[in-house]
Amino acid sequence: MSIEISDVNKRFGDFVALEDVNVSLPTGQLTALLGPSGGGKSTLLRIIAGLEKADTGTVSIEGVDATRMSPQKRNVGFVFQHYAVFKHMSVAKNVAFGLEIRKRPKDEVRARVDELLRLVHLSQFADRLPSQLSGGQRQRMALARALAVQPKVLLLDEPFGALDAKVRKELREWLRRLHDEVPVTTVFVTHDQEEAMEVADEIVVINDGRIEQVGTPDSLYDRPANDFVMGFLGEVTRLGDVRLRPHDIEISRSPDLAGSSPADVLRLTRVGFEVRLVAGTEDGREVSVVTTRAHARSLGLAEGERVWLTPSSGAATVPAMTPLVRAELAG
Amino acid sequence: MVELPLPARWAVRLIALAYVFFLVGWPVITLAQRAFADGWSNFSQAFADPDVTHALLVTLEISVWAVVINTVFGVGMALLLVRYEFPGKRVLSAFIDVPMSMSPVVIGLALMLVYSGRYGWFGPTLEAHGFVVIFNSPGMVMATCFVALPLVVREVVPVLEEIGDDQEQAARSLGANAVQVFRRITLPAVKWAVVYGVVLSLARCLGEFGALKIVSGNLTGQTQTAPLVVEQKYNNFAQGEAYAVSFLLVLISVLCLLVVSLLRPQESSS
Amino acid sequence: MTAAVLGQDTRAVGRGRPGVRWTLTAGSSLGLGIGMVWFSLLVLIPLAAIVATAGGEGWHGYLDALTNPQSWAAIKLTVGQSLLVTGINVVMGTTIAWVLVRDRFAGKRLLDLVIDIPFAMPTIVAGLVLLGLYGPQSPLGINVSNTRTSVTLALAFVTLPFIVRTVQPVLAELDADVEEAAASLGARRLTVLRRIVLPAIVPAIAAGAALSFARAISEYGSLVLISGSLPYHTEVVSVRVLGFIEGGDRTSAAALATIMLAVALTVIVALDVLQRRVARRG
Repeated sequence: MSIEISDVNKRFGDFVALEDVNVSLPTGQLTALLGPSGGGKSTLLRIIAGLEKADTGTVSIEGVDATRMSPQKRNVGFVFQHYAVFKHMSVAKNVAFGLEIRKRPKDEVRARVDELLRLVHLSQFADRLPSQLSGGQRQRMALARALAVQPKVLLLDEPFGALDAKVRKELREWLRRLHDEVPVTTVFVTHDQEEAMEVADEIVVINDGRIEQVGTPDSLYDRPANDFVMGFLGEVTRLGDVRLRPHDIEISRSPDLAGSSPADVLRLTRVGFEVRLVAGTEDGREVSVVTTRAHARSLGLAEGERVWLTPSSGAATVPAMTPLVRAELAG
Repeated sequence: MVELPLPARWAVRLIALAYVFFLVGWPVITLAQRAFADGWSNFSQAFADPDVTHALLVTLEISVWAVVINTVFGVGMALLLVRYEFPGKRVLSAFIDVPMSMSPVVIGLALMLVYSGRYGWFGPTLEAHGFVVIFNSPGMVMATCFVALPLVVREVVPVLEEIGDDQEQAARSLGANAVQVFRRITLPAVKWAVVYGVVLSLARCLGEFGALKIVSGNLTGQTQTAPLVVEQKYNNFAQGEAYAVSFLLVLISVLCLLVVSLLRPQESSS
Repeated sequence: MTAAVLGQDTRAVGRGRPGVRWTLTAGSSLGLGIGMVWFSLLVLIPLAAIVATAGGEGWHGYLDALTNPQSWAAIKLTVGQSLLVTGINVVMGTTIAWVLVRDRFAGKRLLDLVIDIPFAMPTIVAGLVLLGLYGPQSPLGINVSNTRTSVTLALAFVTLPFIVRTVQPVLAELDADVEEAAASLGARRLTVLRRIVLPAIVPAIAAGAALSFARAISEYGSLVLISGSLPYHTEVVSVRVLGFIEGGDRTSAAALATIMLAVALTVIVALDVLQRRVARRG
């Protein structure tokens, strides 16, 4: 295991940022720390980097106890949400910074900077100032700067949070490919579950300063440990006594299936290739269901029609015992 | 945006211009006229007086020392106030501004009460060890430092707050130690604010009068500074020389302002 | 402060992380230590010496200073003139700031530069400069030297930049949209000025007024040559304090100095409170 975090607690005044956090992050993988804003995930990342000190507990990186090590000795690369570019230095100088601090020979620095700028597709911008770059380019430069010192781990704090949706999606895919090329242990913080599911090998879900669940994207999606994880990773609706995903509900026009509940279609919306419908059950609840356009057409669905709803076989469900409010707000 | 009707706009503009012209513009022009009343003769007369040239040198020397000390202190304090947490920080921050609302005479008195060789708290002990503060350069440097104390701090603090510590944290995570972070990241970022503070301090230090009058003893040819020479010359009916020295001092302060106003746009565009 | 910044707010703001303050390290502690020693030697101990010397004879020192008719006259003159000049600056400083921000004409940059001259000019020279135009050899035929008008004039000269420089940036950053919105809602120009612009710049005016008053009350250099420092007539507190120092009466000097410091601080705090109240309402 590359990063071991044991019994970490952290408070800011009376605000508990992290409570008894224990987690191991595997070597060579891309791990996402996922959770709502203010849940403690950035604090955990900053504790790993040494930019923040834990009140109690230990952090070890590649088998070395780093709890009391200053950030400059940890050999981690850190990428900040707002890039933290050195405004007065050219792009090449930014990337060279860590190497110059380490007093590497000039030739080596130049060669390494060239290589990294090629890697992040910024070779032609080497002599520009960061203010002349777009947000996405700045973040790629920051990434090259962090990678230049060949860190043992690469930490990214909401790396795409300040970018617009299209650039974010591009950079996300690019990060995944980059990680396959340069397989350094990488941990990134995000509050966007789609981003985590798409990019990460492993996801750590953090909420209210506690770890809710750790696992691969598939296992989290299919076997959420609790209401919160289920709600945070995707849409959730309630059918009878269970909570499940809207696309895990089967619709039929007759009550043939065992355990099906009758409902009336209240609203029907087509979004691209899928159809979302809201149906009112006899107990007065509204259930969301997602189905394909073709299926909806074959069933002849329309507002006011009566349907029968059943959880599809193999659907991820959790009992709807706990109050819905928290998970639904978070999702 | 509200645009005043044309007559009102002209009226407001005229009032503002007239006020500044009669209060500052014309008086300064009159000073120049008086200084050059007989061509360069006021200047040649003034500079032929060794007491005047000596006073100018004393002023320069004291000011340079005070500006250097205040710059080091100001940048250091600004860093501590913005980047660190420590008990008593708010009180310290408030006290740094106190010199702004203190009479130079009171500043002189305060230093006398502590460092005077005759009656000061520390003065007699210091003088017994051969360290004369009052009526001597150290006291004059201290008085000048006191007067100009907040200028550098107040220029640097807002810039440090605005740039935040992201860049500094990034540098630390890349392996830079505290000195390297300061030299390579923090200092270049606050460079213009420091220069601006230094120029303002220099103008303030060169012109200090009241506090220096008290702690220097105003000894002609020894501790007398240029502003003190102006007073003496004027009172001794050598008004032409007083105007000449004054003109030189105004010239320096206007040059300082020009430097600052030329620096300002650069600061905002970088 | 960290607690307040990072407390509940973190959850609400979340993504925009507040800058994290660092606790003191060995190096910064050393720096703080050296800085504090210097600051104490330069400012704190001398200030303490003034208060201690003034209080050396209990409350007598203060009472004597206040009941001495010449000192009392100096206090009245100084405070009165400082209030008058601050009032002038509130009107003229705001007007000049308005012209600098909202008006366009050739030579505006020159005006901008001239505003700062009183701040950078040696105070003794300031007095000399005013004597040139308003003294015995005035080309205008106006001689105010040795009158109370000369005190007003000198104080107005040295305090000119304060309100201009505090109001100017606030006026420049005022949101044009708000004024346009008010105008689109039917507000007339004067109403927009009174209801939208003025409330936005009142805190800046108050801040500038505090600086201006504090400077006026402690002014010395510019008055030396022009006011004549006539007791009961044009003698300000600073001159009176200097008189005590030169006469060897350090207790009275310190007592008077303490009183003036207290007045200056009171006004600064009062205007700070006003500024906060306006800012909160706005």
